[in-house]
Amino acid sequence: MGDVSVGRTLDAAWAVDWLRRSAEVIAENRVKLIELDREIGDGDHGENMDRGFQAILVKLAEGEPETPGAVFKLAAMTLMSKVGGAAGPLYGTAFLRAATAAGDEAALDSGLLAAALAGARDGVVARGKAEVGEKTMIDAWAPAVDAAAAAVAAGASPAAVLDAAATAARAGAESTDPLVARKGRASYLGERAIGHRDPGAESSALILRAAADAAASGAGA
Amino acid sequence: MKKLINDPKSVVDESVEGFGLAHASHVTVHPDPLFVTRKDAPRAGKVGLISGGGSGHEPLHAGYVGYGMLDAAVPGAMFTSPTPDQIIPATLAANSGAGVVHIVKNYTGDVLNFEMAAEMAQAEGVEVRTVLVNDDVAVEDSLYTAGRRGVAGTVLVEKIAGAAAERGDNLDAVAAIGQRVNDNVRSMGVALSACTVPHAGVPSFDLAENEIEIGIGIHGEPGRHRIPMENADGITDRLLEPILTDLKPAVGEKVLLFVNGMGGTPASELYIVYRHAAKALEAAGLVVERSLVGNYITALEMQGCSISVLRLDAEMTELWDAPVNTPALRWGM
Repeated sequence: MGDVSVGRTLDAAWAVDWLRRSAEVIAENRVKLIELDREIGDGDHGENMDRGFQAILVKLAEGEPETPGAVFKLAAMTLMSKVGGAAGPLYGTAFLRAATAAGDEAALDSGLLAAALAGARDGVVARGKAEVGEKTMIDAWAPAVDAAAAAVAAGASPAAVLDAAATAARAGAESTDPLVARKGRASYLGERAIGHRDPGAESSALILRAAADAAASGAGA
Repeated sequence: MKKLINDPKSVVDESVEGFGLAHASHVTVHPDPLFVTRKDAPRAGKVGLISGGGSGHEPLHAGYVGYGMLDAAVPGAMFTSPTPDQIIPATLAANSGAGVVHIVKNYTGDVLNFEMAAEMAQAEGVEVRTVLVNDDVAVEDSLYTAGRRGVAGTVLVEKIAGAAAERGDNLDAVAAIGQRVNDNVRSMGVALSACTVPHAGVPSFDLAENEIEIGIGIHGEPGRHRIPMENADGITDRLLEPILTDLKPAVGEKVLLFVNGMGGTPASELYIVYRHAAKALEAAGLVVERSLVGNYITALEMQGCSISVLRLDAEMTELWDAPVNTPALRWGM
């Protein structure tokens, strides 16, 4: 578990820091994500995600929203309009549902944070209609949400909730390696997809780790 | 990688800008968000037809904007579907009040982005119908995949539904004939080499010198299986066999035979494929009534081709023959 000594709520400054850290880690992993997608897709995931998160940085430079919900909504609208592919609508819907769950609250406690993550997962499921085990983003998001709920039940701080979610998302992304894909372009490969990680699950794990890192650093605590 | 580009990040913008300059009498290019409209869109009383998808398939889709085909096209980034903020203004620009048909290739990204855009355009009062093109028989088991992909049959859907819209058919009728074309066309492709997406800089898959990939899609994504290189007639048989098995045309039926180049195969080779395919269809008792041969839906510089067979009826034939005047397809006017 991460640093549980930080505060009991996370505010807009944390949410902004999360997006900035996400942009950084996506840029660092751009080539890796392209390479993963080249193996079982069409090689555009790293490029598209990088374009989307760089656009988020531009939006944040124009003005930072005042609530976590508003930050999530900014991310949703920007990713929907800049990413394209399947990832744009999927991440866009995820952040939009997280924004709805966060509402107008100035800061999120552990329970609301877990609800926002659950909203994000539900958004990805509603848009992409994928289930666990089909070698998609859901293989990272579903265990992350479950781990977050368990951490909340154990009385964890928001930072510890996010650390649990990020750890589970990482394991979930790695769990896609041996799977046959049943959704998206990789599904056309049949058994040839085995041995390759799903690029969307990988980017999801990176982004959820960025959320935990932002919380652990104390931004918005 | 050697490509005639300036900057990998500006390939689509610069290419579409050049397209607009070259075809200024046909189209208007809207740069931000990027979409292309027919010069005289929207046409009063006419159902609007729009399509879009990742770039790299030129002349699809912008090349088919014009009289008798599309009212608007929405180019995404290279091999990446366009986004709702492009599709929505294109839909509004194509709407004369008679509604708009979205022609969408069945790829997860295209489907999700057009679905979101259709919901939002409908919220703004535009009636939208969607024709989902899924003609690729290479996908054998749609229960465990994202379903059959939309490939070369898309060109035939756009031409025939476009002609129906041009003659004044209403929204549901245009969507219905587009669906009818999709229901009666099957396609199968082969790659002899991969293609290189500019920002990736390396080929999208690795194919050995003596290997070919059967069942290729149009995004450089690998197909179903690899086999050693064969001669043109042998490859043609391999493409045609699953098409006919799936389409099950009756003896004496009339068909349109479409041999499409993937971008890196010369017309001379496409005609060698056409020659054998046409003879094979006639040997199977079919009547090849119409034909199309050339690079109409490509995958950058990939070497290879696809074969499509469309079962024709009298109305589809009449709409196929109807005048069309677009940058990439023109006859009868």
